[in-house]
Amino acid sequence: MALLDVENLAVALPGPRGPLPILHGVSLRVDEGELVGIAGESGCGKSLTAQSLLGLLPPGAKVTGSARFAGTELLGLDARGWQRVRGAGIAMVFQDPTAALHPMLTVGRQLTEHMRVHLRMDRRAANRRAVELLDQVRIPDPERAVRAYPHQFSGGMRQRVAIAIALAARPRLLIADEPTTALDVTVQAGILALLDRLRAETGLAVAFITHDLGVLSSLTTRGYVFYAGRVVETGPTGALLTAPRHPYTAALLGARPHGTQAVGTLRPIPGGPPAPGEAPPGCPFQPRCGYAEPSCGTAPPPLEPVGPDRSAACVVRPHLEVLV
Amino acid sequence: MSTPETLLRIDDVEVEYRARGRGAVRAVAGVSLDVAPGQIVGLVGESGCGKSSLARVAVGLAAPSAGTIRFAGRPVTPLGWRRRADDEVGLQMVFQNPYASLNPRRTIGDQLLDGVPGQLGGAARRGRVADLLDRVGMPATAADRYPHQFSGGQRQRLAIARALAPEPRMIIADEPVTALDASSQAQVVNLLVGLVRELDMGMLFISHDLALVHEIADVTAVMYLGKIVETAPTRELWRAPRHPYTRALIDAVPQISATPTLPKPLAGEVPDPSNAPTGCRFRPRCPHAFDPCGTQPPTVDLGGRSAACWLTDPTVAPATAAAS
Repeated sequence: MALLDVENLAVALPGPRGPLPILHGVSLRVDEGELVGIAGESGCGKSLTAQSLLGLLPPGAKVTGSARFAGTELLGLDARGWQRVRGAGIAMVFQDPTAALHPMLTVGRQLTEHMRVHLRMDRRAANRRAVELLDQVRIPDPERAVRAYPHQFSGGMRQRVAIAIALAARPRLLIADEPTTALDVTVQAGILALLDRLRAETGLAVAFITHDLGVLSSLTTRGYVFYAGRVVETGPTGALLTAPRHPYTAALLGARPHGTQAVGTLRPIPGGPPAPGEAPPGCPFQPRCGYAEPSCGTAPPPLEPVGPDRSAACVVRPHLEVLV
Repeated sequence: MSTPETLLRIDDVEVEYRARGRGAVRAVAGVSLDVAPGQIVGLVGESGCGKSSLARVAVGLAAPSAGTIRFAGRPVTPLGWRRRADDEVGLQMVFQNPYASLNPRRTIGDQLLDGVPGQLGGAARRGRVADLLDRVGMPATAADRYPHQFSGGQRQRLAIARALAPEPRMIIADEPVTALDASSQAQVVNLLVGLVRELDMGMLFISHDLALVHEIADVTAVMYLGKIVETAPTRELWRAPRHPYTRALIDAVPQISATPTLPKPLAGEVPDPSNAPTGCRFRPRCPHAFDPCGTQPPTVDLGGRSAACWLTDPTVAPATAAAS
């Protein structure tokens, strides 16, 4: 059952020479209780997609397409409509918990605000639930932690607090935008385990945005790879990352330290992604692609089925007999 | 692991910070490390373990509170306002954030010229700038532009060109690719490794990314709370870590696999260095901690590698627990 169903989402932001298209028809789906990954380099439109789903786009942004959450169309909601969705329907966790938490309010105050507004709880019940939430995200000594300020926690613990706040109004979908990028691997592993446990215990659906394919593989069951404002490949994460069909997915995997293989195998992708508005007329990856053919220069290839529950936007590589 | 041709020798170095109202914080608590010409030594550890403090002392930006650093046989001393002697500029540093390490108000060409030896004049100097840019894969036209006109990956290449200008024999790189995307990360890392091999330089590569260090370093040193707990040739370290902390770091790296497998979190967090545990500093988080860990384990030579863990001592270790 699709909890979130985004179809053909396009976003253009105001630029000095008129609207600058950033997202070009993105479609994605998150089912109830599913862990979905969204991967890509900075500037590929991952975060902008998340912002569209929470009504956080900058003023003047032009949005077309559709995004249905639990049967409700999100795009075009008014301020009150967004308020009902945010927190209680969709909640978000950001990369930098220090910036996401208010430095001068206690953790307890920041936790209970949601509950009092969205769930109309009284102070006592809200405080009780705040302690429960901190316990749920494994903050030691939660009774004391509700009275503490964000600076009294380490980076990993602050991210746990930010997750607890996001969960306060019992959302059905959590969007996590690079929540572990600023953390050490040992701490990251704890946050990933926490998200997986929350999904198993409460049926929370998670859309996890990351640039780290290892994180994508270890946590999520289905993934989307973004490039220059488009989804270029999607499928079950295991298959997507062990047998990629789009050249960009394969190139990203090659550029990554493998960790378990022989020394000296980093294969960089030549060049860099195009700036918004400067993408070539055809496939946006074509100038950097080892598989490019003349036909790649005419029009951006559509996302087409390439296997069970898998699609890729490439006219060359998925059709080769032997993948190199 | 000291050879007669050691280029950089860090010998029992300590770094202390004094804050008003608090005791001294020992960020580096007795570290010894050697780098030979043509060798890449990786230094890994969680944030707050003292990696960057060690780097700043090793390159002569600050004075150690104890111990010595020798570069090509001569002691490295902090700079102050003194001009560096010619043989001291052979030790150069690449920082994490190229936006902060390059001057935003001067052209790239001017900044590169700062490092070109003074005896070179006129056209030869301009020629050197073009050579340097070529070496890091940037066009000669970059000399007339400013740092903000480049992407993050390009800026880091320019910072590397700046470090190469005085023809260094040794580079200390402190998290040089942490701020970059996967594809530019691989480009910059390959560039650094290629330069070290080609110019027979030594490199101390500091990173929190164990997988990346595994990919490029000849020797890896693992640092925890101000001390090096294990040093070994990189492949051996990865294949058979002898210290439980090394094992925990490796297990926390997310891997790509056909079925989602969560990385293993490490319990607890790095303690505050001003309040370091007695005995083995890793003891409170160590799954193997036993009685002898109440006293600080010595760094033991294990034949081409070393570790500071009581488990490596057959006279005290229980027969079953070999850092597995």
